[in-house]
Amino acid sequence: MSNSSKQEFKELLTRDAKSGKLGRRDFMRFAVAAGMSVPLASGLWTSEVAAATPKKGGNFRVGVHDVNTSDTFDPGTYQSVGMIQLAHTHRSYLTEITPENGLGPDMADSWSATPDAKVWTFELNKNATFHNGKKFTAADAIASLNHHRGEKSTSAAKALLTTVTDIKAKGDHTIVIELNQGFADLPWVMTDYHLVIVPAKADGTADWEGGVGAGPYAITSHKPGISTLLKRHSGWHREGAYFDEIEMLGLNDPNARQTALITGDVDAITSVDLKTVALLGRNPNIEVDNVPSGSAITLPMFCDVAPFNNVDVRLALKNAIDRNDIVEKIMFGTATPGNDYHVSPGMPYAPTDIPQRVYDPDKAKFHLKKAGMSSLKVSLSAADSILPGAVDMCVLYSEHAKKAGIQIDVKREANDGYWSDVWLKKPWTFVKWGARPTPDNMFTLAYKDDAPWNESHWQNKRFNELLLQAKAELDDTRRAAQYREMCMLARDDGGTVIPIFVNFVYARNKKVQHGPSLASSWELDGGRGYHRWWFA
Amino acid sequence: MGDIVTIVLKRLGLGLITLLVISVIIFGAVELLPGDIAQAVLGQGATEDNLAALRTELGLDRAAPVRYFEWLFNAIQGDFGKSLISKTPVSEAIGTRFGNTLFLAVYAALIAVPVAIFLGVVVALFRNSVFDRVANVLTLTSISSPEFFLGYVLILFIAVKGGFFPAIAKIDDDMSLLDKLDRTFLPALTMVLVVVAHMMRMTRASIINLLASPYVEMARLKGVPAWKVIVKHTLPNAWAPVINVVALNLAYLVTGVVLVEVVFVYPGIGQLLVDAVTKRDFPVVQACCLIFAATFILLNLAADVGSILTNPRLRHPK
Repeated sequence: MSNSSKQEFKELLTRDAKSGKLGRRDFMRFAVAAGMSVPLASGLWTSEVAAATPKKGGNFRVGVHDVNTSDTFDPGTYQSVGMIQLAHTHRSYLTEITPENGLGPDMADSWSATPDAKVWTFELNKNATFHNGKKFTAADAIASLNHHRGEKSTSAAKALLTTVTDIKAKGDHTIVIELNQGFADLPWVMTDYHLVIVPAKADGTADWEGGVGAGPYAITSHKPGISTLLKRHSGWHREGAYFDEIEMLGLNDPNARQTALITGDVDAITSVDLKTVALLGRNPNIEVDNVPSGSAITLPMFCDVAPFNNVDVRLALKNAIDRNDIVEKIMFGTATPGNDYHVSPGMPYAPTDIPQRVYDPDKAKFHLKKAGMSSLKVSLSAADSILPGAVDMCVLYSEHAKKAGIQIDVKREANDGYWSDVWLKKPWTFVKWGARPTPDNMFTLAYKDDAPWNESHWQNKRFNELLLQAKAELDDTRRAAQYREMCMLARDDGGTVIPIFVNFVYARNKKVQHGPSLASSWELDGGRGYHRWWFA
Repeated sequence: MGDIVTIVLKRLGLGLITLLVISVIIFGAVELLPGDIAQAVLGQGATEDNLAALRTELGLDRAAPVRYFEWLFNAIQGDFGKSLISKTPVSEAIGTRFGNTLFLAVYAALIAVPVAIFLGVVVALFRNSVFDRVANVLTLTSISSPEFFLGYVLILFIAVKGGFFPAIAKIDDDMSLLDKLDRTFLPALTMVLVVVAHMMRMTRASIINLLASPYVEMARLKGVPAWKVIVKHTLPNAWAPVINVVALNLAYLVTGVVLVEVVFVYPGIGQLLVDAVTKRDFPVVQACCLIFAATFILLNLAADVGSILTNPRLRHPK
C-alpha cells in the first residue's frame, strides 16, 4: 500500500468509526491489517474517534459578544448576537438548520404542503415540554407565531409572515398554516431567530416575559448585559445537550474576550478579532473555527438615480473591484468573494456553475465607454459600526477603481442612525446583511420590485416573475433552475455590488469538541453549539 | 460652626438647581441624537409599520415637552420611571451596577489617596533628586496613557504572562469580599495609576510652596528634622489644595470609568449608560447622568467643607 492510499484508508476508517459504523474492535482489526502498528491504531482511536463521541458533563462557559443591558426576552425585538445565541439555547424553533446546512426537525417532527404550497401542516413533537413543566401543544405554537402577526405587533419579523392568513390547531399536536400565496420555503422561514416557541397564556397571547422556553437549557439566572446561567432541561425532547450547565458571559471587548479564552476563564468565544486571528491560532490550546456564512456585504446603488440608472455604469463598478484583495487585506482571509448575487454558497439552491467575476479594469473601462463616459465620479457611504473595517474596504475599492478611470469618494457616515439616515436614503451605501435561510427569503426582502427594503431600487420584470413562480414551486430541480436564472439577472443587470460574504470566526479551547461540520447560520454552529458540542 | 451649616445648605440648594438644569440639557441632547428608541430597538429590521406601533406603545408620539414634564413630575416624587426597553424600574436597573461602580471607586481610592499623598510628601522631601525625577516621570507617563491602554498592558503582563490576577473582573453579589478584591484588583490598579499623578504632584507643589515661608525657615533654624518640618509644619497648611484635587479625582473614579469597565468587563454603571445612550433609553440615561452630576456636586461640596475645616484661620474666624 502506498503512503497516500494508506492515508486515505486511515481517513476512511476514522470517518466510519466516528459516524458509528465501526466499533473499536473492528477499527483496530482493519487498522492493523492496513499495516498500522497496534499502539498507533489504538492512539488513533483515542485521539480521533473517542474524542468525537459526545460525552456528558461539564460547565460550558462562553464569552459572547454584542450583549447589551437593553436585551429583552421579547422575541419580536431580538436583534443582538447575545440574544440570538441565548434564544437558540433556552428556547426552540419548529425547525432547525442542521450542521450540514440542511433543514431538520426541532419542535415539529414533520411537515407537508398542499401541491400549490398554500396550506402547510406541521406535526408537532408530543414529548416536548417547557421548563415550567407545561406540555407543549398546538396552542403554544400558534400563540408564538401570532406574536409576530397582526396590526399591533411590534415584531421585526412581521414582514416574514405577512402572507400568512390563518393559523389553526388540528388536534393537540398539529397546526395548519394557511397562506394567500404559494410558499415552498415556509419550513425554512420557521428557523428565523425571532420565531421561537414560547408558552401560550390563557388568553392565547405569547408568554415571553419570564424567559421560559422549551429549549435544551433552562435559565437559572439572567442579568441583562452581564451574564446568563443555564442548566440542562431534563424534559428536552431531543438528543444532545451534553453539558450540565451553560454560562454565557457578555464580553463585548474583543481583547477581553480573547484574553478570557487564553487564560481559561471561558471555554469558547463567539467572535475573534480578525487582526489577531493568526496569532490566536498559534496558541496550542486553542482551535479557531472559520466558517463561511450567508452574511453578505452589499453595496446597493439606486438604479433609478444617475449615473447608476445605466446598466453599463453598474457593470463598470462591478468589474472595478478586486474581491480577492479585499478578502486578503481587509478580512485577513476570513471571507468568501461574492459574485454580485445574494445567494451564499451554503444556501439551498445555490448555483455552482456561474463564473466568478474577477477584477478587470479594462472591462470596466469598456463598460464605461459603452455608457458614453470616459471617467466617472461617484460617492460611497459607509460606517465602521456596520462592519469593523467597512471604511477601509471602501477606500481599498476606490484604489482598485482608479485603474479603470473611476473615482469613488468614500464618505464616512456617523455610526449612530446609519440605518435610519443613510441606508435606503443615499444612492450608494455599504450594507451588511445577516444570513437568511433561503434565496427566496433574501430576494423577497431586498430585491423584489416593491419590497420596502429594495435597497437598490432595482426593477426587473423577469426577475420578479421568476421570484413568484419559484416561491410556490415544490419541484427542487425546476426551482434550482429558476434561482440560477435569477442569480444571473442580479449579477448582470442588478444594482448591487457584493464584494464578499463574511465568515463567522470563533474560537474554543481544544477540550471542547464538535462534529465534522458546522452550520453557517450563526456563530457557534448556528447558535446551537450549546447543545451540539461537548467536552472531550 | 454655624457658618459651615449655612454654607452647606446654600450649596445643596444650588446643587438642586444645577441638577434641574442638567436634566433639561440631557433630555435635549437625547432628543437631538439622530434616530429614536424605536429605530434603535428594531434596527435594520424596522419598517414604518412596526416603528409606529412601537412609538405608540412607548408614548413617543407625544410632544417632547409633555414627555419631559411628565418625567420631571414623577422624578420629584421619587419615581425615576421605567427603562423604556427592559420595562424594569430604573432604580432596579441601576441599583447593583451603581453599587459595583462605588465599590471599585472606593477600592481604587483607598489605594490611590494614601499612596499619592505619601509619594507627594516623599518627593517634596527629596525634591530634585533622582527619586523625585523617576517618580514624576512614571506617574506622568501613567496619567498620559489612555486608561484602556494601561488596562491592556496590565492584563498582558500581570494576568496573561504572570498569571496573578484574573483578567476579567466579573463579580456577583454572593462572592466573598476577598474574592471580590482579588477579581477587581487589576481594574482598581488601572484607575490608581490614572489618578495618582495628579494628587501626588499637587501635594508636592503645595508643600514646596510652603517650604519657602518664614515659619518653615524658623522651624529649620531651631533644628527640626527635614521630614518633621514637612509632616508637622507644612502638610497641615497644604491640605486645602490637596483636598480639592483629591475630591476631583474621586469624582473621576466614579464617572470616568467607562473604558476601564469595558476593558475588564466590569458590570458597573458606565456600561449601562453607554448601552442606554445607543438605544436612546431616556429614563436610564437621565438617571445615570444625574447620579454623575450629583457625585460631582457633593464631592466638590465636601472638598470646600474639608478645606474650611482643615484651615485654622477659617475654622476660628475673629
